[in-house]
Amino acid sequence: MSEYSEAQDSVPGAGGGLHGSRRSYFVGFAAALILTLASFAAASTHLIYGPSVPVLLGVLAIAQMGVHLVFFFHISSAPDQTNNFLSLAFGIFIVGLIVFGSMIIMANLNHMVPTMEELMKIQR
Amino acid sequence: MTSAEWVERAVYAPLSEQGPAPKEVVVGFGFWLFLLSDIVIFAALFAAYAVLSGAVAGGPSGPELFDRQRVFTETLCLLLSSVTCGFGYLAVQQRRAAPAYLWMFATIVLGLLFLRQETAEFAAMVAAGAGPSRSAFLSAFYTLVGTHGLHVTAGLAWLVVMLAQLATLGFEPMVGRRFLCFALFWHALDIVWIGVFTIVYLGAH
Repeated sequence: MSEYSEAQDSVPGAGGGLHGSRRSYFVGFAAALILTLASFAAASTHLIYGPSVPVLLGVLAIAQMGVHLVFFFHISSAPDQTNNFLSLAFGIFIVGLIVFGSMIIMANLNHMVPTMEELMKIQR
Repeated sequence: MTSAEWVERAVYAPLSEQGPAPKEVVVGFGFWLFLLSDIVIFAALFAAYAVLSGAVAGGPSGPELFDRQRVFTETLCLLLSSVTCGFGYLAVQQRRAAPAYLWMFATIVLGLLFLRQETAEFAAMVAAGAGPSRSAFLSAFYTLVGTHGLHVTAGLAWLVVMLAQLATLGFEPMVGRRFLCFALFWHALDIVWIGVFTIVYLGAH
């Protein structure tokens, strides 16, 4: 290490050099396991108001994906990661566009386009 | 210049003094782009599943078919295999042969356990008359979960090839970079699985 070392501060998940450390995998595993258990518990329990369960599951899933990205992929907002980080942001944008775009369009079509039975009624 | 030195320069030196990125960083970035495009494929399959999940055509629906106990075991297998794969990659980086083989072998065993659970689930469902041709919901289900299973199978085949390369070529920098790509691939499959168990198996009701 050189004169830059003094200014070096660490980001979560990047314990030793470019690809993290044993510790980051332990921390990531513990966090991911807790979030997985929480997901399965939330889906099975009756203690939570039913209609809110899917939202909770979504939040837990996104949190766990974040944990995997930080502790297993060692993605961070550090300057040397700019390319990885920007392409991840673009990937998330495309994924959101495909999933939510399809769902909105198909729900809209489902609502607007009459079924065959309804069409027959209109023609009569 | 090693990767760690380059990272330090990329962080603290002006652009004009950084020089070209080492091959490991470039390879990792390229493979990351491939993984993102692979995840876009899964996004399309997730969208199809979300649209078709209600179209059961009078057949069985998700909650009637899925066994959460089994899904939790599968999730645990994949999560543990992600950790063993990470440990294996660290051992490859430190050029320690015995732990590298051991952790990668553990990864293969956990991956096989996952596939065993998944094929058992598919076989039981098909035997109960809930095959992919039963309804649009089941077509979308088998496509999405089956594509993930195929990725896991391909990943295991890749890992066997990598272990053969480690045995014949040793700790070449080239072999290390390929292990890096494999580790990224394996972690990406785990991320996709989070979406699968949340949307398909838990959000099914």
